[in-house]
Amino acid sequence: MSAVGSYTLAAVAPIVVQAPAIGIDPAIRCRQVTKEFGTDDAKIQVLHGIDLELPPGEMALLVGPSGCGKTTLISIIAGLLDPTAGSVDVFGSNITDMRGREKVRFRGANIGFVFQQYNLLPALTAVENAAVPLLIQGWKRRQAIDKAAEMLEEVGIGHKRNSLPNQLSGGQQQRVAIARALVHEPRLLVCDEPTAALDASLGQVVLELLRKIAVQPDRGVIVVTHDSRIYGFGDRMVTMSDGRIDKILTDRSEFAH
Amino acid sequence: MNWVALKMLLGDRTKYLGIIFGIAFATLLMGQQISIFVGILGRTASQITDVRDADIWVMDSNTRFIDEAPPLPETDLQRVRGVPGVDWAVRLYKGQVTARLESGQYRSTILFGLDDNSLVGAPRTMIAGSIDDLKQPDAVIVDKAGYEYMWPGEPIKIGRTFEMNDRRARLVGVCKVSPPFTTLPVLYTRYSQAQWFVPHNRNLMTYILAKPQAGHSAEDVCKAIDERCNGEQRRLTALTEKQFRWKTIRYFLSSTGIPVNFGITISLGFIVGLAIAGQTFYLFTVENLRQFGALKAMGVHNARILAMIFLQALVVGTIGYGIGMGLTAGFFEATSHVTHLAGLGMRIEIMIGVGMAILSIVLASSVVSARRVLLLEPAVVFRT
Repeated sequence: MSAVGSYTLAAVAPIVVQAPAIGIDPAIRCRQVTKEFGTDDAKIQVLHGIDLELPPGEMALLVGPSGCGKTTLISIIAGLLDPTAGSVDVFGSNITDMRGREKVRFRGANIGFVFQQYNLLPALTAVENAAVPLLIQGWKRRQAIDKAAEMLEEVGIGHKRNSLPNQLSGGQQQRVAIARALVHEPRLLVCDEPTAALDASLGQVVLELLRKIAVQPDRGVIVVTHDSRIYGFGDRMVTMSDGRIDKILTDRSEFAH
Repeated sequence: MNWVALKMLLGDRTKYLGIIFGIAFATLLMGQQISIFVGILGRTASQITDVRDADIWVMDSNTRFIDEAPPLPETDLQRVRGVPGVDWAVRLYKGQVTARLESGQYRSTILFGLDDNSLVGAPRTMIAGSIDDLKQPDAVIVDKAGYEYMWPGEPIKIGRTFEMNDRRARLVGVCKVSPPFTTLPVLYTRYSQAQWFVPHNRNLMTYILAKPQAGHSAEDVCKAIDERCNGEQRRLTALTEKQFRWKTIRYFLSSTGIPVNFGITISLGFIVGLAIAGQTFYLFTVENLRQFGALKAMGVHNARILAMIFLQALVVGTIGYGIGMGLTAGFFEATSHVTHLAGLGMRIEIMIGVGMAILSIVLASSVVSARRVLLLEPAVVFRT
C-alpha cells in the first residue's frame, strides 16, 4: 500500500468531524463503536471505540493497512455485523437498535453494495443481476428488468444486458455490480475495494462512474480501499490503524502520495 | 425471488442434472422394488382371493398358510353345515401333484378339487372352453401361465391329455387366474375326480368353504364355527377370506427372506438417492455461498433464503420423481405381456409412499444445505 503522507497513532481523544448544520442527518454517525471477536482467552478487540461522522453528498475513503479493522467497520455500518458496543446511525436511523427483519429490510432499501469480487449471480444475465435489489424490494420482474436496463445504460454497459457474468470482462462485471448497487436508489453506497481486481485504467473508469452517479447531495458513499491510485476521487479520507481512526483528511492534496 | 432461485439452480447444469439423476434413480429403485414386493406378497394369497364365492375358510388349526393345510375328515363338513348362520359349506381340495405330459416330461402342478355340484372356487375368466366342461369325465382346466409352462410355445389346444397319479387327465379349458407364488400351473378339477389324481391319503379334504346366511356377518359365523365344532382340543379354525389372506401373507413375511431381501434393496435405493441428492445439493449450495451471502447483504432475509432453497429442492425432487415414476411405469408396461410377471405393477398407494420418501430426501437435503446458508454471516462477502 502506498503511504499518504505519514500515519500517526490515534490520539486518546476521539476524532469527530461535525456534519454540516443544514438540517440533514449525517450519512453515517458512529458513536463509540467497539467490536470484539471470540470469548475469554481467545478474545480479540478489532475496533476500539470508533467515533465517526460522515456528511452526505461526499465520497469518503477508508484506508489503512490490512487487518486494521476497515472491513469490520463497514460491515457494522452496513448492518451486516453487530458491534459489541456503541451505535451506528445511517441517515438518522439507528441501525444497531434494529433487529432481525427490520434491519434486513432497512439494508435492502437504503444501502447498496459494491464488492471486491463483484459477487454477481453466475446464472443470471447482466440485466437480471442488476435487477436483483428491485426484486428483493418486491418489484414485478418485468418492471425490475426495465429499470435495471436503464441503469446498465447509465453505467455504459447496456449493450451487454443479456450477457452472463462469465462473458464479461472484470471492468464490465464491476459496472454491472455498480448498476446493481444503485438501481434501487439507496441512500448509502458501501464499496469494498471496488478497484482491487481491476487495472489502473479500469479502476479509474469505475471511480469516475461512482462519482458521477452515486455522489448526490442526499446520498453517501464510503469506499474501503488500498488503491492509492483512486485517492484523488475522494472528498474525505479516513485513515485507520489497529482498530482506531488516526485522522480524517478533507484536503485532497493531502490524500495522494 | 423464486425466479432467481430457479435460475441459480438451472444455471449449474451439472449439479442440477446430478440431483435429478439421484432422485430419479431412488424413485425407480424404490418404486419398482416395492411394487414387485407387494405383487409377490399378493401372489402368496392370490388363490384365496380368487375364490370369490365363499367368505369363510375352515381349516385344520395347524394350518400356517394356504399351501400347508393338513387334510380334514369328511365329517367336519357336516359339522360346519350344522352351525347356525352357515348358509352353505362345500369341500375343497388343494395340493401339489406331479403331472406326466405326453412327451414324458414331468411338471409339478397345483391342483384344486372343487365341489362337484356347485364348483365353488372355479375360475371366473375362461380363455378357452367352459367351466361346465369340468363335469365331463377326467376333465381338468389349467391356467394360461400354466399352459405355457407345460406346453411352451404351443398354441392353446383343448383336448390335450396327460397323466396324474397314473390317471388320465383331459384338458377341457384354459382360464385366467391370479399368478400363484410358486409359478406352478394351476389345475382345476371336480373333487371326486381329484380323488383319482392324488396319491391315496386317509383324508382328502383340505378346506371347507362356507358362506354366511343373509344378516350374519362372516366374522360372527367364524366364531360360531369355532365354538360349535371344537371340543376340549381346538382342531378346526374358521377364518374370513381377509383373515386367511393376511395369515398367509404374514407367514411369508415372518418365515421367509423375502422382506429382508426386498427391504435391503428398497433401503439401498433410499440411501443412495439421499446420498446423491443430498451431497450434490449441498455442494451446489456451498459453491453458491458467496452469492447467498451477497443476497443476504442486499436484503434477503433468512426465511426467504430458506424458501428459495426449498423451492429448488422441490423442483428437482418433482422432476426426478416424475422421471423415476415414468421409468417404473415403463418397466411394468414393457413387461406386462410377460406371463410370469403378470399382476406386478404399481399402485397409487405405492406412488404416494415413494413420493413421501422422495419428499423426505428432498427436505433432508435442503435442510442440511440451508443450515449452512442460514448461519452464514453476510459480512463474509467482504472477505476475499
